[in-house]
Amino acid sequence: MMLQYILRRLLSAIPVLFGILLVTFALARMIPGDPCRAMLGEKATQATCDRFIREKGLDKPIHEQFFIYMKDIARGDFGTSLRFSQPVTRILGERLPTTVELSFSALLISMTVGIPLGIISAVRHNSWVDVLTMVWANIGVSMPVFWLGLMLAFVFSLLLKDTFLWLPPSGRVSAGMDTTAFYVAWNLNLPESGFLRAIAEFIGRLNILNSLLTGNWELLRDSVRHLILPAVALGTIPMALIARMTRSSMLDVLGQDYVRTARAKGVRMNQVILKHAFRNALLPIITVLGLSLGTLLGGAVLTETIFGLSGVGRILYEAITARDYAIVQGFTVVIAVFFVTLNLIVDISYAYIDPRIRLN
Amino acid sequence: MMNQTPPTIAKLDADAISLESVSLWNITWRRLFKRKSSLVGLGIIIALVFIALTAQWIAPYDPLQVLIGIEDVKMRQAPCIHLLGCPQDQPQHIMGIDGNVRDQFSRLLFGTRLSLIVGFSTVTFAIVIGTVLGALGGYFGGWIDNIIMRVMDVLLAFPSLLLAIAIVTVLGPGLINALLAIGIVSIPSYARVVRASVLSVREMDYVSATRALGGGTFQILFMRIMPNALTPLIVQGTLGIGTAILDAAALSFLGLGAQPPTPEWGAMLGSERNQVFTAPHLVFFPGFAIMLTVLAFNLLGDGLRDALDPRLK
Repeated sequence: MMLQYILRRLLSAIPVLFGILLVTFALARMIPGDPCRAMLGEKATQATCDRFIREKGLDKPIHEQFFIYMKDIARGDFGTSLRFSQPVTRILGERLPTTVELSFSALLISMTVGIPLGIISAVRHNSWVDVLTMVWANIGVSMPVFWLGLMLAFVFSLLLKDTFLWLPPSGRVSAGMDTTAFYVAWNLNLPESGFLRAIAEFIGRLNILNSLLTGNWELLRDSVRHLILPAVALGTIPMALIARMTRSSMLDVLGQDYVRTARAKGVRMNQVILKHAFRNALLPIITVLGLSLGTLLGGAVLTETIFGLSGVGRILYEAITARDYAIVQGFTVVIAVFFVTLNLIVDISYAYIDPRIRLN
Repeated sequence: MMNQTPPTIAKLDADAISLESVSLWNITWRRLFKRKSSLVGLGIIIALVFIALTAQWIAPYDPLQVLIGIEDVKMRQAPCIHLLGCPQDQPQHIMGIDGNVRDQFSRLLFGTRLSLIVGFSTVTFAIVIGTVLGALGGYFGGWIDNIIMRVMDVLLAFPSLLLAIAIVTVLGPGLINALLAIGIVSIPSYARVVRASVLSVREMDYVSATRALGGGTFQILFMRIMPNALTPLIVQGTLGIGTAILDAAALSFLGLGAQPPTPEWGAMLGSERNQVFTAPHLVFFPGFAIMLTVLAFNLLGDGLRDALDPRLK
């Protein structure tokens, strides 16, 4: 049953993925001006352009071009960045770990703070904790992430400069920090290229995970300190959304008969809240979690720009200002596919939590 | 909030209803005003609309006027408020001077106008298109519905801000293009709301009755079915204004929306973001204004949702 459901969801994602490719393809075609000079720069000669157009198949009919584009992407070829003269995939591989680390910590912060706060305000309905949480949650969802980031930097990097609360305003690690990757520290003999190498490099660039793997506590401390401000800035909106949804979902469930029955049977309140109520309140919370992922990925562009982190978001922003279309197109596809995959996981976890969904 | 059932309207009293008919709007207003938070939201919105309408009279300076040679002020000067002890012989600038030696407070007041226009216009655009698409899909079903909803799925597959960024990249930076981009990305949520309402009443007897009486498709769809979609649309729209303002500010912050010297909050913040350590007032005030505006629409939207929710009656 479960497997069937997962298969059905996977199949239904195919038209969406196809649509994503179609939209990014269409957006790239709609960029005004000469595609050759947009990709190769203003100074490209007519001969280079003619060759470029023939190589890229831009003289072919539009449906054939779309086919070529899909074939390129299926092979993992997103073109070459104009600014860095490097394949888009390599740039992506270098930048993605920063964004993954940032979004993951932001999500972690938002869940570990948002869910307990939501539960407490539901259990202590209309108490001062509840009122404060809701005021704060309302402000949290209305906060521009770029403003919050700048204000956090102002407070923690400038006002608290000479205290132990000082946190660095930009970058991932301090200058001169030893960031030796785990596969180098462990003397692993990895092939120079290929899938295994790519995975190892990816993990090696996740500073926190890498520092844990190599036992480099100084690097761990330093990366965590650098990560706190951007992660809090990015995590605040999802945190507020999660707290609000947890609260209203818990309030709904706590009013149900089976909760009263459990209480009447003499089950402890804590037990009822966690085992009976929270489990059933989980579905709407996961929905919000899934929705927050989009906010998170969009917010990453802004957060990385403010905190000088060279992640996917920052490069995307720079690529836009530099009109580096290959990067914009490639990154948009990758982020959208990533987003669809995450939503798929959210959907599947629905079915896991609530068996009724599988049957529909 | 969820579990309170007002005892007065819990029982259905046919006589009372026929004698004194209370309109839905009456009930909604009354419930809306019972909540302090929605009142706060509405109050802030009224104040913002007032500021937007009267900006040219209440702003002490022209938002575009460079004050070099006119007043003795320095670039990015801190706020000077006479009431808080700023010397009387200095010109008063309650939010300081910006990087181009203009009065920040006046720019902020004029920014209100732009933000409200942004919020209302994008949401109106998205509602009109979303409603038509959702209504067509829900009413006709079949392949029309399939195509429309798959396109909406694709739009929803992109994180909204990123899709807006991609669209603006194609169209070119500028306020109008940014508005268009935000409008396009918010279409799916309205289309979905309308489609769901249409689906829920499409087969009801009163709709069939209209059809039997010879009502045309247009009449059935827009006179009989669409009024049912109105309440969810109002709630979604109010909340959507907040999101639209936030997204537009983000685009302007990145330099993709309103261009200088337009007094737009996101753009004002974006152009001074590197000065946050030296001139924090230039970052604090525009951001605070964005937050307050978005907060107001969110509070009102939440209040409307609860007030219009029939389950809570």
